[in-house]
Amino acid sequence: MSVDLSQFYEVFFEESFEGLDVMEAELLNLQPGTPDDETINTIFRSAHSIKGGSGTFGFSSVSDFTHVVETLLDQIRDGQRQLTQHQIDLFLQSVDCLRGMLDSLRASEEPDTQVSSELKKQFEAILSGEDAPTEPKGAELAEPSTPKANKKQQGWNISFKPGLDILKTGNEPIYMLLELADLGEVDVQLDVEQVPVLGDIDPEICYFQWQIALKSDCEQAAVDEVFDWVIDESDIVIDAIKAEVEDSEQEYALAEDDNASTQLETAESITDPPTEVVKPTETNKAPTKAEPKNTEASSIRVSIDKVDSLINMVGELVITQAMLTQLTDGELDSSKLARIQEGMAQLAHNTRDLQESVMRIRMLPISFVFSRFPRLVRDTSKKLGKNIELKLLGEQTELDKTVMEKISDPMVHLVRNSMDHGLESPEERVASGKSEVGLLTLNAYHQGGNVVVEIADDGKGLNTEKIRSKAIENGLIKDTDELSEQDINELIFEPGFSTADQVSDLSGRGVGMDVVRRNILALNGSIELESRPGQGSTFTIRLPLTLAILDGQLVRVGEHIYIIPLVNIIESLQVDVSKVNNVGGEYEVLRLRDEYVPIVRLYESFNHTADSNKLEDGLLVVVENDNGKVGILVDELLAQQQVVIKSLEANYMRVEGISGATILGDGTVSLIIDVAGLVKLAGINKALRSISHLNKEEVA
Amino acid sequence: MKKILAVDDSASMRQMVSFTLKKAGFDVTDAKDGVDALNVAKTSEFDLIISDVNMPNMDGITLISELRQLAQYKFTPMLMLTTESGLEKKSAGKAAGATGWIVKPFNPDQLLATINKVLR
Repeated sequence: MSVDLSQFYEVFFEESFEGLDVMEAELLNLQPGTPDDETINTIFRSAHSIKGGSGTFGFSSVSDFTHVVETLLDQIRDGQRQLTQHQIDLFLQSVDCLRGMLDSLRASEEPDTQVSSELKKQFEAILSGEDAPTEPKGAELAEPSTPKANKKQQGWNISFKPGLDILKTGNEPIYMLLELADLGEVDVQLDVEQVPVLGDIDPEICYFQWQIALKSDCEQAAVDEVFDWVIDESDIVIDAIKAEVEDSEQEYALAEDDNASTQLETAESITDPPTEVVKPTETNKAPTKAEPKNTEASSIRVSIDKVDSLINMVGELVITQAMLTQLTDGELDSSKLARIQEGMAQLAHNTRDLQESVMRIRMLPISFVFSRFPRLVRDTSKKLGKNIELKLLGEQTELDKTVMEKISDPMVHLVRNSMDHGLESPEERVASGKSEVGLLTLNAYHQGGNVVVEIADDGKGLNTEKIRSKAIENGLIKDTDELSEQDINELIFEPGFSTADQVSDLSGRGVGMDVVRRNILALNGSIELESRPGQGSTFTIRLPLTLAILDGQLVRVGEHIYIIPLVNIIESLQVDVSKVNNVGGEYEVLRLRDEYVPIVRLYESFNHTADSNKLEDGLLVVVENDNGKVGILVDELLAQQQVVIKSLEANYMRVEGISGATILGDGTVSLIIDVAGLVKLAGINKALRSISHLNKEEVA
Repeated sequence: MKKILAVDDSASMRQMVSFTLKKAGFDVTDAKDGVDALNVAKTSEFDLIISDVNMPNMDGITLISELRQLAQYKFTPMLMLTTESGLEKKSAGKAAGATGWIVKPFNPDQLLATINKVLR
């Protein structure tokens, strides 16, 4: 029977990654010495499952490597060895190595075995001394396929005296005889000598014994295998039959071929050659992102209560639907109207509940992201020679899975940044009267419709002077500019701000804070920083709960309806033309109270007609993006509503200034404005920057 | 249709075993650990139990010895899923009442061939 094993790969990968997470978390709790049973058992079990699964699914490079990991774990578990710090480090490196290998396999690539073979050597070095070097598993399994030595032998005489209690282990001697019959022609003699008189018979005991002559050119191993499970408690003698048996030579040959081919297959799938060493040029290759199908189409684990609540909702929806059907069945008359309206309200209610429940399915606790930090902090602080304690708060705060996936990298960057630049060395800390151990706190909580994640350290805070001088050096500001401390600190988020002496192995990886901010903005989020000199700094990330639904303001320009995310909108107003200036013939700015706001004419940006191209005929929607405020000229404001975001990129192509699309109640498609993109499209970025200076002077 | 209870804490193994057995025409129920399996086994009667050894909550060997205490499982074949490195578990398993074992890694054909030894 053919079973396509690849259908189980995804589940295997997922559980393996989970297993690795568990291993890592438990390893981080381990101290050298004799670890507590439950911890080491948990680690062992994870490794064991990965080994079993990878062997089964033919990922021999993974199972070979896990084998040595497991062997050492087993010895520690049995108390044969003391756990050392070196071993803990080695296990942690193995976790990373396995992650990498599984990532490659998941992307249908050959895993890089260089790291694993090096780690394997280290494990073997530990294991040797009292253990023979661990043999690759394939060897054991390939063994039975050794060439048939006794080709001359024509069969086997078998004496089978099963243990009296054989039936109580669920073994059935008759099946063994049938199995022998599968191997060739059998002649079975039943020996009833042991059967007592009727009155003494215990029906649970097997009194029978057999003499079997098996005519077959099978290996003794095949016969042994039949009795493999009962050999200890039974009396079994197997002798070769030397007599000539000429007949059915061909049949045997056929059977033999079959046998050989299945064994070959097994051996191959297990010993698949992972041994070739990858060329050095390839080793640094970043794990290529395969088609999203492989890496991102992962499944999601949902707690039963969420599913139950969903089923409940659907139940209510069905009831409402039945009620409406009943009401609208037959003649419609005004007497039914009130009840239909009631039904519709009920339906709206149900739909909203259902929507919320469905959204909840995508929500996962942020601990999924947080859980990678203990390891990161441990490794990094070791590398930096700093003493850092990590505190995780609000781990159960839920966040949309997509948002979660995308926020992970920016958070890693911020955490590294805090450890590298924020927190001081133990000596420095003691000198400034702080405790030797630096505290890094990750905190997540819900606020309004947002999730807030704070990354706080009790280090030295940002070096405002240094940032200022770097910003001047890089031409971001002029030395005549008078900026508040906060403004200067915020400059670290500007593209092009990178301080050379800040580039270290850790945070200077070519990814600047500007990328962090850009990634967060791309999620419709925001990032703020607060620095308390000598006391530490806090980065606060605000994220929408979900990327799938957005509160939008519908606006009309000519015959097109656009959606502006409500979160961006500050106010909407009629333009007072006397307060509009044309700057350099390039763009118009509106003086709004104390500020200048550049105007974007949406119909110009998107190249279609509007009702009127006079400013005073339209409305100005003032929106804020990270560079400042912009006024978007539209013909009319329509309703505000929640819209379900559909990807334009996936269904059509990326369009500058548009972040997505949605389908309105009447079935038409409406485009969602991407404010930052629109500003770029309209070419008023420069305007915004010079205006921001203007505005500051104005305020001053 | 013969009823089989497949016990493994690894979801992929569970799925693979269940799928293979179902495809071969067995009625398969699965369980994620010994405790789960024991509960399921008590409410029904299976013709074969296949259990992983290393599992949280209750391991396979304890499960087998618990099941053997139950009247309906006194003679039921029970197979352990074990790895090469777990060979010493075989004797412990036998002592607990296991019928035999299947050595991991195995492929679907090997699984069915082994089951053929106890269910005909």
